[in-house]
Amino acid sequence: MLGALTLLLVYQLIGEVIVQAAGVPVPGPVVGMLLLFLTLLARGSAPEWLRSTSQTLLSHLSLLFVPAGVGVMLHFRRLEAEWLPILAALVASTVLTIGVTALVMRALQRRK
Amino acid sequence: MSGRFSEIWVYLSASPLLGLTITLLAYQAAYWVYQRLDMNPLANPVALSVAVLVALLWFTGTPYQTYFDGAQFVHFLLGPATVALAVPLYANLEALKKDLAPLAGGLLAGSLTAAVSAVVIGWLLGASRETLVSMAPKSVTTPIAMGIAEKLGGLPSLTAVLVVSTGILGAVLARGTLNLLGIEDHAVRGFAVGVAAHGIGTARAFQVSETMGAFAGLAMGLNGLASAFLFPLLATLWGR
Repeated sequence: MLGALTLLLVYQLIGEVIVQAAGVPVPGPVVGMLLLFLTLLARGSAPEWLRSTSQTLLSHLSLLFVPAGVGVMLHFRRLEAEWLPILAALVASTVLTIGVTALVMRALQRRK
Repeated sequence: MSGRFSEIWVYLSASPLLGLTITLLAYQAAYWVYQRLDMNPLANPVALSVAVLVALLWFTGTPYQTYFDGAQFVHFLLGPATVALAVPLYANLEALKKDLAPLAGGLLAGSLTAAVSAVVIGWLLGASRETLVSMAPKSVTTPIAMGIAEKLGGLPSLTAVLVVSTGILGAVLARGTLNLLGIEDHAVRGFAVGVAAHGIGTARAFQVSETMGAFAGLAMGLNGLASAFLFPLLATLWGR
């Protein structure tokens, strides 16, 4: 648990350093994720201790969104002024995205 | 007595302990309600806990910053959680190799649809530029979306709210949309939910089936990765 958390933080740190040093507009944790993925590929397997900690962390993923979600209170005025375009865009775009992704994927599967 | 109480309140409200504890309490209470309601997507635990916490902060006149001083410890874990996405991504390596073309095609089409349709609809209905930029990465998982919004000149905290809202909408609307289109394959259903509704959609997909959850997680990870590189590129092209 402790080892796995440390490993995740070390990869995040390396990711942040690379992003800062290279000046690329990509979030540091994403680079960390990519590096960890490449490490696992090179290693040929994911150790059990890393799998169990990752699973624990990801199974409570929705909790991690709560503090940012509460930030809605900072934007009440904007939401009040722009609620219609925001709501319409979010609802329509979400339905479209689900539909387009599924249809394109199915079409490509059938072509095989 | 009330003097003593307000002394305690003053002490507690200035310490990070309170913000952290109420976040965990509110989430677990919301999750309990969610389970009680047979995991009805309308009773989304993120939406419920956010509503409870906002009401609580508003009622006690606590500024968001004071709350966040405590809640940031939970928020911070989004970083390592993003790195941890590499593990399920790797676990799905076989599925990824086997279905590479459909997955890549679905990902690219979905990722572009999410950003372009939201920005175009918002723009047609008169949303401000700041809102549009903050809305573009709304289907990308929060830590990555906030990073993208920040780099593009949006408001990261507004992006976070829009991302969470999109996730809840996706969890609520996915079943109806996919049934309407006659999509039955759990891999395809999961992947579509993951591209559109990131972690909240993935959490929902895992409740339906293991396959659906795995593909949703795969989609969330790949979409985050692709968007982190694609969005700055799109924005540069747009800016020209």
